[in-house]
Amino acid sequence: MPDHSPVALSTIGKKILMGATGLALVGFVIVHLAGNLLLLSPNPDHFNRYAHTLESMGALLYVAEAGLVFLFLAHIYSGITVYWCNRRARPQSYKKSGRAGGVSRKSSSSTSMIWTGLILFAFLIWHLWEFKYGAGVEQGYAVQLGSEVVRDLHRLVVESFQKEYVTLLYVLVMILLGFHLRHGFWSAFQSLGLYHPRYTGLIYGSGVVLAVLLAVGFLFIPVWIYFLGGG
Amino acid sequence: MAELLTLRLRVWRQESETAPGKLVDYHVDGISVDMSFLELLDVLNEQLIHKGDDPVEFDSDCREGICGTCGLVINGVAHGPLPGITCCQLHMRHFKDGDTITIEPWRSAAFPIIRDLVVDRDAFDRIIAAGGYVATNTGAAPDANALPIAKNDADLAMDASSCIGCGACVASCPNGSAALFVGAKISQYTFLPQGQPERRRRALRMVAQMDREGFGNCSNHAECEAVCPKDISISNIARMRREYLKASLLRE
Ligand code: HEM
Ligand code: FES
Repeated sequence: MPDHSPVALSTIGKKILMGATGLALVGFVIVHLAGNLLLLSPNPDHFNRYAHTLESMGALLYVAEAGLVFLFLAHIYSGITVYWCNRRARPQSYKKSGRAGGVSRKSSSSTSMIWTGLILFAFLIWHLWEFKYGAGVEQGYAVQLGSEVVRDLHRLVVESFQKEYVTLLYVLVMILLGFHLRHGFWSAFQSLGLYHPRYTGLIYGSGVVLAVLLAVGFLFIPVWIYFLGGG
Repeated sequence: MAELLTLRLRVWRQESETAPGKLVDYHVDGISVDMSFLELLDVLNEQLIHKGDDPVEFDSDCREGICGTCGLVINGVAHGPLPGITCCQLHMRHFKDGDTITIEPWRSAAFPIIRDLVVDRDAFDRIIAAGGYVATNTGAAPDANALPIAKNDADLAMDASSCIGCGACVASCPNGSAALFVGAKISQYTFLPQGQPERRRRALRMVAQMDREGFGNCSNHAECEAVCPKDISISNIARMRREYLKASLLRE
């Protein structure tokens, strides 16, 4: 019998993978929000120029996209396998459930990670379908930027967020992102073995602040556009 | 005379590992607030035996909070509502007259129920047997000053080694994870010179055995630390992860 299984298949290895990919995704989400805030500018050119610059990066863009796909798939792989492992470990649940309180960090966030995560994934597919692979220059979403004609992504976004259900869904999913990160941020550090008697409390608090900022930042954009029509 | 309590108990009764179990209601009165929780069960069992019923099986040994045998989930919380104690150290003064108390066994695939509230915790022993020891031949007791150990290290080793292996961490964890137990048992040796020769092997083998036993994965809920009768910190879980990662990367 071997002494041990390959790292990536052990419970601990999966959590290290989940924590590392989770933190990297947090980094992505922060950068993504920073870029999207250009949608709040009264001049649509600002956002369109940014989007066009990203799309014109060529090989670099493919590398970045491949990296993101890897991060998401590795994160989801570890999330789902860990969830099944946990289900099997407690085949019969308690008739009466309780909470210990005190130093426990068990919360609505921590116990719903798989659900908020899976909803985020479903959302991600829809989101890419709508915007990344949505209408472009050929469908008339074109705008003159200097000497070039580029995709008018700004118009596509603004039109999408005129629909109640789209804006509503974005708001709901972004709240769930906040829940995911409220537990996820500090948890990632702990999964990577980074605990410190003084700083762990600080990391937990920062995670809550970050979760609120990211959720509010992201959901503010569709709400703003819905009410002000992007003007 | 001290106050006496009348209580409704809902106790998990299960004939054997494979038999289906259920909660059964019992009424007890005349419970002194000075009794321990186990003495409450003793009173219930006296009552059942007098009636010719089967007594409720539960584990206990030292009844002074050091052996870790008396595992019960009381109203959904391992070892009951107070932090830092075992069930035998929980006194009835923490309950009110007329309370309903639900009592269940540790629930974990790795801890099969033997009968009623008694579970089989051999999985913990097998994890220890996989590497939770020091195999050096110590010979005669060495001079106490021959191996100086920094006070801080000694304290941390002592904190980790205060684990009594009760299994409350597994019982309370929404995932049925044994991370706190294994974390403590790996950590205690990392601070001491005697633990160094087998350090990598220990981490790898104990984690592998933990996984083989069917415990869940740790999602950092920290519910384990909140119910641990010895207040063992989840910093030991982080240390286990570091030890495991280092050992995996550096193994020959
Ligand atoms: C795409 C679908 C996603 C799924 C299915 C998913 C699922 C999960 C699950 C199940 C966990 C941990 C549960 C556990 O510890 O047992 C988790 C943790 C985490 N997730 Fe996600 N997630 C997703 C997306 C995201 C996104 C978009 C981010 C970042 C913005 C993110 C950041 C994190 C972080 C930081 C953790 C904590 C890692 C740890 O505990 O070590 N996740 N995720
Ligand atoms: S019986 Fe020994 S700790 Fe409770």
